[in-house]
Amino acid sequence: MNIVVCVKYVPDAQAERTFNASDNTTDRDNVDGLLSELDEYAVEEALKIVEAGEGEVTVLTVGPAQAADAIKKALQMGAHKGVHVDDDAIHGSDAVATSLVLAEAIKKIGNEAPVDLVVTGMASTDGTMGVVPTMLAERLGLPAVTFASELTIDGGAGGTATIHRDGDASTQTITATLPALVSVTDQINEPRYPSFKGIMAAKKKPVEKWALADLGIDPSQVGLDAAWTKVEAFAARPPRSQGEIVPDEGDGGRKLAAFLTEHKFV
Amino acid sequence: MPTDDATDLIELTREICRKDLAPRVDDAERARTFPEETFRTLGRAGLLSLPYPEEFGGADQPYEVYLQVVEEIASVWMSVAVGVSVHSLTAYPIASFGTPEQKEALLPGMLSGEQLGAYCLSEPLAGSDIASMTTRATRTDDGWSLKGTKAWISHAGHADYYTTFARTSDDGGRGLSTFVVPGHAEGLSFADPEKKMGLHCDPVAQVMFDQVRIDEGRLVGHEGEGMHIALSALDAGRLGIAAAATGLAQAALDRASEYASEREQFDRRIGDFQGLAFLLADMEAAVTSARATYLHAARLKDAGRGYSKEAAVAKLVATDAAMRVTTDAVQVLGGAGYTEDFPLERYMREAKVTQIFEGTNQIQRLVISRHLLTR
Repeated sequence: MNIVVCVKYVPDAQAERTFNASDNTTDRDNVDGLLSELDEYAVEEALKIVEAGEGEVTVLTVGPAQAADAIKKALQMGAHKGVHVDDDAIHGSDAVATSLVLAEAIKKIGNEAPVDLVVTGMASTDGTMGVVPTMLAERLGLPAVTFASELTIDGGAGGTATIHRDGDASTQTITATLPALVSVTDQINEPRYPSFKGIMAAKKKPVEKWALADLGIDPSQVGLDAAWTKVEAFAARPPRSQGEIVPDEGDGGRKLAAFLTEHKFV
Repeated sequence: MPTDDATDLIELTREICRKDLAPRVDDAERARTFPEETFRTLGRAGLLSLPYPEEFGGADQPYEVYLQVVEEIASVWMSVAVGVSVHSLTAYPIASFGTPEQKEALLPGMLSGEQLGAYCLSEPLAGSDIASMTTRATRTDDGWSLKGTKAWISHAGHADYYTTFARTSDDGGRGLSTFVVPGHAEGLSFADPEKKMGLHCDPVAQVMFDQVRIDEGRLVGHEGEGMHIALSALDAGRLGIAAAATGLAQAALDRASEYASEREQFDRRIGDFQGLAFLLADMEAAVTSARATYLHAARLKDAGRGYSKEAAVAKLVATDAAMRVTTDAVQVLGGAGYTEDFPLERYMREAKVTQIFEGTNQIQRLVISRHLLTR
């Protein structure tokens, strides 16, 4: 069972996050970054699958030099090897371009040994769009079973992936044949901490560094200029204003209900 | 940090402290529950076996690094840091004095992170005066039988094994021996936990040995070598407590500095008043010097040199610093510091015991002065 986990290196959500003034992209230089916490669930799930059976977990990231830290963390948790796609031309890429780079990288990984399963988080903790998994599945021609709160693999590499997807009112059970792409939610497991032995072992694990040329991607297909969307301007969120006070003149309950209905809380 | 590995180790410790310990500590200390799950997490991450050889499941880390991990943990949860220090101490006699066969048989379990140890030295009538202990081990056909009562035992009732000192002859300090007693041994029982002033998540109770029979292979070191082993282990244990006290003091200082930077009176930050500014500066000096003394002793130990005096100095300096810094930190927060809404009053209660256990600070002065006086 060969599993590729796509991970993202994101600015630490506990720190002050901002944008670059020059091109309105995320500022990654002036803030500590880390492996997106939502991706830790994907790494954990992949590790659980190979630990219960056999196989290898390859962790893949697309990002600047510092993004190597996201791979390092996944390797410390127990992933077997890493692939880091780093190319200046990728800077500013949107989800469409990112999914292209990821797809080509996964195809290249698959040249060595077929990839049976691609696991991703449900979204990144910085962009939070959550569209890359589906775009990636489309590009790879794989069934996309997304937002899994539970994942069961039956029959190994040639078998199936069955997920639970929790909705507001019901839980769907969806089965796909492998190879497939599964995105997982933060309900699926409790990601492990690396162990000190894992930290030591990670130093010896192989990490490949690829540029766009290694993937046969024309630089004009990615980056800020190729993006379908662009951030025109940004501004700090205005300070939270005082809430609306509903004075009770005998009809307080009704006004309160009206307010909640209007804002679709009920 | 001496190596990149050590830097990574401290980062791992901080991550676990931030995600696992910090969200639990306040409630757990109020509820006085033993954080068993937290110890499992630390064990799985490899943080319960750092200063021991890799071949038996340890991480082969120098004391200098292990102690900084203890300090980090203490800055978030003192009870857990003390537990880590105690557990590390329990494996010390086997690791330092055990036969190759004993190490092979007992260390992997102790260092697996799955087991927790307790250290049975003190007795109700034998505290600082270790040589006056009365718990007795007598020979049986195939091993030993232990009878007596130990007091002030951390992890009592929760531990998987009890590293125990007992009398094997009436020859005073030369009549003590060291044993490792399995936690499930028949005849082992525990009194109700002590109702302590602080460290509420560190369960401490008397341990009763009523004809507890153990195998011959559980005598550690030679018969009669117990006093030597106990004192040698205490040197190492004192450094754990010094490091924990430093972390506690650092936490108190951080909270005090934060508060003094935000709280305004008379139209300025209270930290801008010299009365508090100098107080904070003295606290910083105390914490920094406490850290320097334990690191100095640890480096001597790591280099294989004598460090008994330096360990006593570190324990004395760091724990007195912790008492003063936590007391002053309560003062900086004023009335708020005296309430349970802030952790400062807890820090102050926790600091007090560090001047008492692992050798009272009066004993430390005795140890230090004996090193100074010529015969």
